[in-house]
Amino acid sequence: MNTPFVYQDIEEILSRYEKEETPLLCILEDIQEKWGYLPRDVLGYVARRLGIPSSTVYGVATFYAFLEVRPVGKYVIRVCKSTPCHVRGATDVLEALKRELGIREGETTKDGKFTLEVTSCLGVCGVAPAMMVNDVTYGNLTEERIREILALYRE
Amino acid sequence: MAKTLREVAEKAQAVSLVTVTIDGREVRVPEGVTILEACRMEGIHVPTLCYLEGLSAWGGCRICMVEVEGQPNLVASCVTPVREGMKIWTSSKKVREARKTNLELLLSNHPLDCQLCDRNGSCELQELAYQFGVREIRFQGERKVYEVDQSSPSVKRDPNRCILCGRCVRTCREIQTVCAIDFANRGFDTVISPSLGLPLGESVCVNCGQCILACPTGALSEVSHVEMVWEAINDPEKFVILQTAPAIRVSIGEPFGLPPGTVTTGKMVAAFRRLGFDRVFDTNFAADLTIIEEGHEFIARLKQGGKLPLITSCSPGWIKFMEHFYPELMENVSTCKSPQQMFGAVAKTYYAQKLGIDPKDMVVVSIMPCTAKKFECQRDEMCASGFRDVDFSLTTREAARMLKEKGIDLKEMPEEDFDDPLGISTGAAAVFGATGGVMEAALRSVYEILTGKTLERLDFYSVRGMDGVKEATVDINGMEVHVAVAHGLGNARKVLDQVKAGRSKYHFIEIMACPGGCIGGGGQPIPTNLEIRMKRIEAIYQVDRSLPLRKSHENPAVQRLYEEFLGEPNGERAHHLLHTHYVPRERM
Repeated sequence: MNTPFVYQDIEEILSRYEKEETPLLCILEDIQEKWGYLPRDVLGYVARRLGIPSSTVYGVATFYAFLEVRPVGKYVIRVCKSTPCHVRGATDVLEALKRELGIREGETTKDGKFTLEVTSCLGVCGVAPAMMVNDVTYGNLTEERIREILALYRE
Repeated sequence: MAKTLREVAEKAQAVSLVTVTIDGREVRVPEGVTILEACRMEGIHVPTLCYLEGLSAWGGCRICMVEVEGQPNLVASCVTPVREGMKIWTSSKKVREARKTNLELLLSNHPLDCQLCDRNGSCELQELAYQFGVREIRFQGERKVYEVDQSSPSVKRDPNRCILCGRCVRTCREIQTVCAIDFANRGFDTVISPSLGLPLGESVCVNCGQCILACPTGALSEVSHVEMVWEAINDPEKFVILQTAPAIRVSIGEPFGLPPGTVTTGKMVAAFRRLGFDRVFDTNFAADLTIIEEGHEFIARLKQGGKLPLITSCSPGWIKFMEHFYPELMENVSTCKSPQQMFGAVAKTYYAQKLGIDPKDMVVVSIMPCTAKKFECQRDEMCASGFRDVDFSLTTREAARMLKEKGIDLKEMPEEDFDDPLGISTGAAAVFGATGGVMEAALRSVYEILTGKTLERLDFYSVRGMDGVKEATVDINGMEVHVAVAHGLGNARKVLDQVKAGRSKYHFIEIMACPGGCIGGGGQPIPTNLEIRMKRIEAIYQVDRSLPLRKSHENPAVQRLYEEFLGEPNGERAHHLLHTHYVPRERM
């Protein structure tokens, strides 16, 4: 994560979507995949190359919970705060994570390992409350289970 | 695009009518108009917040909700077209409750400190709360807390006062095509943000201030110079000179209750003299001077095969726009400073010498219809006199507030004249305030200078009015000179793209950043809308017609300035004091 970016790499990503009419989201996803987040200068570059205002690109990049405009930790924890999870105790889940990690929402631990975020519905309401750690989804969360999950990543 | 009422009326003649019932009254309205427009045509001004005439309708604020019989939910009238037979209720119990609830929800996340707000008295949210009789807010919860963005020299952003109606975003995008701001984040965290989350001062914002005119609340306002000007006025060591832009005399009456389009030149002069300025001068003097310099620049380019088309440079919003988006056209832009800056450079050299005053003790204040003028007077290049040529620039709104603070009612003032010599001007300078004015003034002088003949018909009607792009062809000594005029940066783009592509036939182009020209500037009284803009434009031409001299080159004070001090137009001294250069800027 946080590899220094070069514009050749971005050009390569842009070339993947040359035929798309509305390629912005795909491009942003690929850039994040490669560098872990969307650096400001890269957003400006993408805007210029696509011929759309950078304010629009920034609006899209900040709208989606899964896109990051700031550098993030190795593992991004996204706690679902949609209604079903809320009813089933998402607030307690978030509090437990804050306590365990010693950070607040939107922050990254000092060792650069974890970033804590909230997100809207993950689509797994059946196992609410839920969260994701990078690409893996965890449901039926309790304080104890959170400690177990974190332990997996702390190795 | 939403339609202006004029367009609605035109459409009404072209399309068939449908019958709808509004509050039990059967009416015939043009097919395709929205419920909101239909209601307004019937004299019912459904309350709105996110809707603004001239912008696309968004339907986000849910204040304009109305009830349509047979539909389970209330509909947003600004985005719902009328249909034959529709039965609309605009103030039923359900409608009133919904509107009031939505307003309370907006207010529950809004600072309730109207006394401390720039827009106290001209705030639409405040007005609606009064009209709806809101006396308590039933909802309490988390409040947003943001830092006030004071990074721009012109526009202050206070996101705490923002209700996210998006009118500024749509103005910046649809009218100006600058796109400096947009919605960022999501849900409760949604905020209007300059591009890439940068401070506004580091963005592509051109400081035109049209967003301020669009803002219903105090989220956007000008960066105030009021305190600095009071300090200068109250400092006995300082000789404080005022210049008033062409557009001020036709708009400053409005904050004092005079109808839009009232010419208040004499009263305005009297009022500012009483405010404590040592001299009350006229930017119009410098507008005449600008025409001499720019006219000669144009003639020189025509004769010597210089870069054409020549593009005017009076509008600092347009200049910054060019620096960001059209740097390749930089050589086309006139090197003339704007009248505001020419005035400052002349005041602190020629006039200071005349009076025997050290220019360091001189303070030049301008009253401008413009927020970009604050940025312009702080540009590095604007120190030709060896000092800041213009120290402070007030908007019309700020100037009116200072008069009120002192207890001066403009309406009660006698008629007085500007001071001599920098207060003398012609009708050509007066029309600078309206779109097409600089072009018209330039043509009056260029024609006579080139042909040596007297121009019989001074009025160039084809460059006047609110059409976005206007053009004219003038026969000068057998040569067809093609000119174009654009106002509002979206319209400017249309002309500039032609020039860029080499498909432009024009020799001379006038561009003003704001719709209507300076009379519609971002520093003008609120409200500033199409109707008010047109009334101010009428007043501008009234000023022109009323003046004995109507051509810049006939201005005796300007002639004297060249004889006594500047030498030749476009000469060395004139070049040093009255001309400038531009810098390419990032497009981010």
